[in-house]
Amino acid sequence: MIIQPHISIQNLNVHIGENHILKNINLDIPDKKVTSLIGPSGCGKTTLLKTMNRLLDRQTDVRVEGKVLVDGENIYDPKVEVTHIRKKMGLLSQRPFPLPMNIYDNIAYGQRIHGNNNKKDLDEIVEKHLRGVNLWDEVKDRLKSPATRLSIGQQQRLCLARGLAIEPEIILGDEPTSALDPISTQHIEELFLQLKEKYTIVLVTHILRQARRVSDYIGFVYMGEIIEFGPTEEILLNPKEKLTRDYVKGFLS
Amino acid sequence: MKNIRLLKDRFLSKAFLTLTILSIFTVVLIGLGLFYKSLPLLHSTSLWNLLSSSEWKPFKETFGFYPFIVGTFWVTGIAIIIALPLSMLTAIYLSEYANIRVRKLVLPLIELLSGIPPVLFGVWGVLVIVPLIQDRIAPYFIEFTTGYSVLAGGIVLAIMIFPLIISILIEVFDNVPQELRDASSALGATQWQTTKKVLLRKSVDGIIASVVLAISRAFGETIAVLMVCGNLAQVPKSVFDSGYPLPALIANNYGEMMSIPMYDSALMFAALLLFVIIFLFNAISRIILFRIEKRTN
Repeated sequence: MIIQPHISIQNLNVHIGENHILKNINLDIPDKKVTSLIGPSGCGKTTLLKTMNRLLDRQTDVRVEGKVLVDGENIYDPKVEVTHIRKKMGLLSQRPFPLPMNIYDNIAYGQRIHGNNNKKDLDEIVEKHLRGVNLWDEVKDRLKSPATRLSIGQQQRLCLARGLAIEPEIILGDEPTSALDPISTQHIEELFLQLKEKYTIVLVTHILRQARRVSDYIGFVYMGEIIEFGPTEEILLNPKEKLTRDYVKGFLS
Repeated sequence: MKNIRLLKDRFLSKAFLTLTILSIFTVVLIGLGLFYKSLPLLHSTSLWNLLSSSEWKPFKETFGFYPFIVGTFWVTGIAIIIALPLSMLTAIYLSEYANIRVRKLVLPLIELLSGIPPVLFGVWGVLVIVPLIQDRIAPYFIEFTTGYSVLAGGIVLAIMIFPLIISILIEVFDNVPQELRDASSALGATQWQTTKKVLLRKSVDGIIASVVLAISRAFGETIAVLMVCGNLAQVPKSVFDSGYPLPALIANNYGEMMSIPMYDSALMFAALLLFVIIFLFNAISRIILFRIEKRTN
């Protein structure tokens, strides 16, 4: 039933200091689908997301054991170049964090750090991805003004476009709508539905309705463990585990 | 009951206002006092002459401040040129690269450095830096120097402002949200790319503020500089020449030879000059900061 996985997490354990944050995680993220990770605050779902592009590396006292295979390659293999792994994934964080530069440079940033300085090329990429997130018409006359002047909702779409401009295969979203108003949230959700044609999307969310609206698969994380994983309808309407049922009911009823 | 409460509030607000005005007033008073005391000199010699003349002959009542002004800028300039790159790199290392243990070990040591009394830096300068310049560095460039030079002053001063710049910079860097660094690394940037293009850019105003504070401190630093600078009233032609910064001039001479007419007034004018330089410098840097803020927000 589960199609070929794009990301395959195997026997993953994460310790931060004395705390065992993720416990023996085994999870296959299907290719070109939206997978939501749901669960109560502090259950480890954000940490799980961050293990997928090795963003935990910078934190002190983190110990990661196990494998995370992306396209069959273990990204925790010491021989792997981390910048190369991250280039495959666009990240959307809880609040938008535009880089301290203008709108154009924000989008061009990813291309430039990977060595593309061709002006004409960059112009095309910037326009294409701003159009892709339906931001082009709103900002095309002020591409050179600081990105921080945009509204929060626009900033989040900018950050999505910035992530897409490095031409990733995967989009990681860490509660990407939690700081947004309902309209902006709707914008982002619609974008996700369009984008899953081309990208594998992993979405951490605490809004069950959102998980229901956008995702094909849901993983329920509780106390650092994957309790249940399956198609959206199954998890939300007919969960097998008691924990999942309790959690889903608490929000849906 | 209620009235008393409100009265108290009103009284306190006025009291605070008074205290605030008082503290600002002190600065104004100092400025006015210095100006008043320098008036006799300003009456006898034109301002332009005082600033541009290099002749310092108190017994003949000729007072040219040009060497002292130049000396002040030389020493401060050298100090910043040495200290800024070093402290930037140190701060970047400690905040971005070093692991937490190194940071916890090194930071207190750096802060300790700022707690050492200036006179000790002066002694250290005389014992280490001056001979070092005389015997090891200067021979490559010129024939002879005593080592007591603006370079010695600059080096000693650089080490004194070093901890100040580092601790401000680390605070500035810590204030940059981790998520911003993550956003950059998530796009595949290396740590250096993230540092250069995101961290430093985000911190421009903080970096400028730290430099401004350090320079203000450097302008006024007296005792350590005085001990190693040579204190000759001449315009230094190279970094190995002696210089005589304004604070050293005042500290060395005030209270002595006061029988010379105008001498008192001349030293007060030196103080006024220092006051104006620091004031102007702060004003200019505020304008720059304001410009930057306007541009980025």
